[in-house]
Amino acid sequence: MAEDGREESVAADDDSQHTAEDGRNGLNNTMVEESPTLLRRMEIYVAEAEKRSGKNAVNMQETFTVYLIETRPMDALAEGRNPAPDSLWRRYSEFELLRNYLLVSFPYIVVPPLPEKRAEFVWHKLSADNMDPDFVERRRVGLENFLLRVASHPVLSNDKILHHFLTEEHGWKEVVYETGFQAKADSRLKALSATFRVRNPDKRFMDMKHYSDELQSHTSQLLRARARVADRLYGVYKVHGNYGRVFSEWSAIEREMGDGLQSAGHHMDAYAASIDDILEEEEHYADQLKEYLFYAEALRAVCRKHELTQFELEMATQDLISKKQQHEELSTGIVRTFSFKGMTNKLFGQEAPEQREARLKLLEELIEEGEEAVKDKTVECEEHVEKAWVDVQRFKEQKDKDLREALINYAVMQVSMCKKGIQMWSNAKECFLKM
Amino acid sequence: MSVGAPRALASSGQKPITEILHPLSAAEEPLSVTVGGDKQEMGLTNGTPVETSSPASTSSLFNRLQLDDDLEADVRDPYADSTEMRDLFVTVDDPKKHVSTMETYITYRVSTKTSRVEFDLPEYCVRRRYQDFDWLRIKLEDSQPTHLIPPLPEKFVMKGVVDRFSEEFVETRMKALDKFLKRVADHPVLSFNPHLNAFLTVKDLNKRQGLALLSKVGESVKHVAGGYKLRARPAEFCAMGEYLDTFNQKLGTIDRIAQRILKEQSEYLTELREYGGVYSSWVGSEEELRRPLEGVAGCVTTSCGALEDLGDNMSLDFLPVLREYVLYLESIKNVLRKRDQSQAEYEGRLEAAILRKQEDRTPMPLEVEKCQDKVECFNADLKADWERWQSNKRHDFKQLLTGMADRNINSYEKSQAAWESLITLLQDKQTEDKTSETN
Repeated sequence: MAEDGREESVAADDDSQHTAEDGRNGLNNTMVEESPTLLRRMEIYVAEAEKRSGKNAVNMQETFTVYLIETRPMDALAEGRNPAPDSLWRRYSEFELLRNYLLVSFPYIVVPPLPEKRAEFVWHKLSADNMDPDFVERRRVGLENFLLRVASHPVLSNDKILHHFLTEEHGWKEVVYETGFQAKADSRLKALSATFRVRNPDKRFMDMKHYSDELQSHTSQLLRARARVADRLYGVYKVHGNYGRVFSEWSAIEREMGDGLQSAGHHMDAYAASIDDILEEEEHYADQLKEYLFYAEALRAVCRKHELTQFELEMATQDLISKKQQHEELSTGIVRTFSFKGMTNKLFGQEAPEQREARLKLLEELIEEGEEAVKDKTVECEEHVEKAWVDVQRFKEQKDKDLREALINYAVMQVSMCKKGIQMWSNAKECFLKM
Repeated sequence: MSVGAPRALASSGQKPITEILHPLSAAEEPLSVTVGGDKQEMGLTNGTPVETSSPASTSSLFNRLQLDDDLEADVRDPYADSTEMRDLFVTVDDPKKHVSTMETYITYRVSTKTSRVEFDLPEYCVRRRYQDFDWLRIKLEDSQPTHLIPPLPEKFVMKGVVDRFSEEFVETRMKALDKFLKRVADHPVLSFNPHLNAFLTVKDLNKRQGLALLSKVGESVKHVAGGYKLRARPAEFCAMGEYLDTFNQKLGTIDRIAQRILKEQSEYLTELREYGGVYSSWVGSEEELRRPLEGVAGCVTTSCGALEDLGDNMSLDFLPVLREYVLYLESIKNVLRKRDQSQAEYEGRLEAAILRKQEDRTPMPLEVEKCQDKVECFNADLKADWERWQSNKRHDFKQLLTGMADRNINSYEKSQAAWESLITLLQDKQTEDKTSETN
């Protein structure tokens, strides 16, 4: 990734010759400009990747990759100084830990996704091996993109744990665990149960959830179809290489035609070879689609959180109503609804007045607690809805802009591929004409 | 080598012998005036030189140029002057289906324009079916065994696999028949063959009686079966044979590659169509992204169309020509074999005669001399035809491969245009949005 894409003063607008590189830089530039966030104060790169060996949790040797995170304060650069960047090494699992922390701590934020853990949607020539240098490189880019997104987010960028992650190599993990975020995480079962049983979720969030399903479905379909197309296209180009060989052999028995055939053969070889770069370039497009495939999941998580808070509010409200009813029944003696106590009272006679008093007292306490709970839950729910809706809108705008850029870049790539093809065949044609 | 001597050359056809010059002395022949002489470099308007190595081929160049629909208009007649020399023009077109109780078949219109004295009228128009072309070719092979007869398209097609009456099949066949006839009409010797004359002029070829007379004119070199084994083929004919074998191999390989490409492209096309469909179906859940997604789907569809055309064109124009040449090679090999037999006969008789001479002092029998003449004529005819064939082959393959390149370029251009206009459309919208935002 170009390093000059971060400076504050650089304007992103550029209507002239558009390249795919420009698209990525443009994205980064706008992230800098538009958000008064960490990114304005600090340059962030994931500069390198290295292989390491070490002992893992179960004391077994393993090889893993670490990524170098470099940061530099913006004001130093603005002053014209060029200090050496602070740097530290992190591995993928630490990025995952950071993200999990953010997910739990900010359940109303659509948290940017990490690049995929394992290579998926691969067309056959591409390696599915995590150690493959191309995969590592694309992951490096993805991790940098993740950090930039987080650091430019109006809410996430202020988080202290994030700062630690970027600046303190050692002891970061302990600090994260100390926040106790893991305890705050909602169990999957709880979330799932809420989804089925919630009665009045906010319609906007239901629509959003439906949309996230659509987004996920379409991006994954697209990624699969694209991989198949890439496979086939690879085959078409490579078969043309056979022309190279046969033209060469044929040229050996020809007099005047020989030279033309031979050179045309070389161009056919070049044509066949050109597909490798073309498809490599297209992987960037696939990576952009993947980011939004995973973003869809993050969006759904926010909607599910809403369902959960809403459900818990409904439960708390229901609980309060039921307790109030019990209290009413107990104090007035009128049984409105069936209760076990009511039945036993009828069968075995009412309890003694002291016991009744005690129970009434207990119920009143519970009702007070219940009212507190309902208040808290209401606040929690409303706050979540309010903050989440803001972020969902922000996400929507970002998504529209990014995907539009991605599609334009894809078109640019296609034009480039066509131009290359025309060039190759024109070269071959020149040779044919000289036969 | 006897040139110019009044001898009954087997390949003379109807024209009086004295008026026919040997093909090798074609430099004096009025038909093949070259503009500037041998090895003339003619520039096509795109600046590429066209080499003509054999004088006999220059007159055919015009004929070939008539075949080239692909060449630019300005390039049509570099030999405009020499077209005055051309006096036989043939065309095959206008296919029509005939349905009778017995069978269904296609006929083609064969049009002739000529100023030759061998033809009673200056213009002819007849209808012929494939059978008739086949008849002509057999007659030519029989009556001109020392010459290379151009090939016909495949005779048999597997019913059920290929539709004999489909537009594409008929079109392909017609082009091949047209090329066959033009090559024959273009040949300095074959074009004077009486069977060709009959083919071009007689209304109903089925009346073969009239032709029985014609077939008696001119002696055909019957090839003598058996008995004679060739000791050694002369070097140049060995080289010819080797070339034919290797070339045959290479053509076979190219055919397989072309077919493989068609198959791969077809599979690519299937996936590409589905891919475009995914973009279309995504449109439904988006608002802002609707236009770019639809745009991409549209461009993919355009690319699919371009690719489909490419595949069709390659099937129709490329593969048949390759296969024609394979057939051509087969027939040339046959001629080569006949030449060998002719030489073998001569050598055999010569040996026998020498032995007899040694015994009873009889002079060299006339038939041995005749054999010698036959062999020498055969060799000369074959060599001349070989040169012409090489030159024609060079032109044909140049055209074939250039056509392939052009079609691929065309396909990419269509695709590129679609993507570029999408980019412009989307970027315009972007600047539009930006200005409306700042306002």
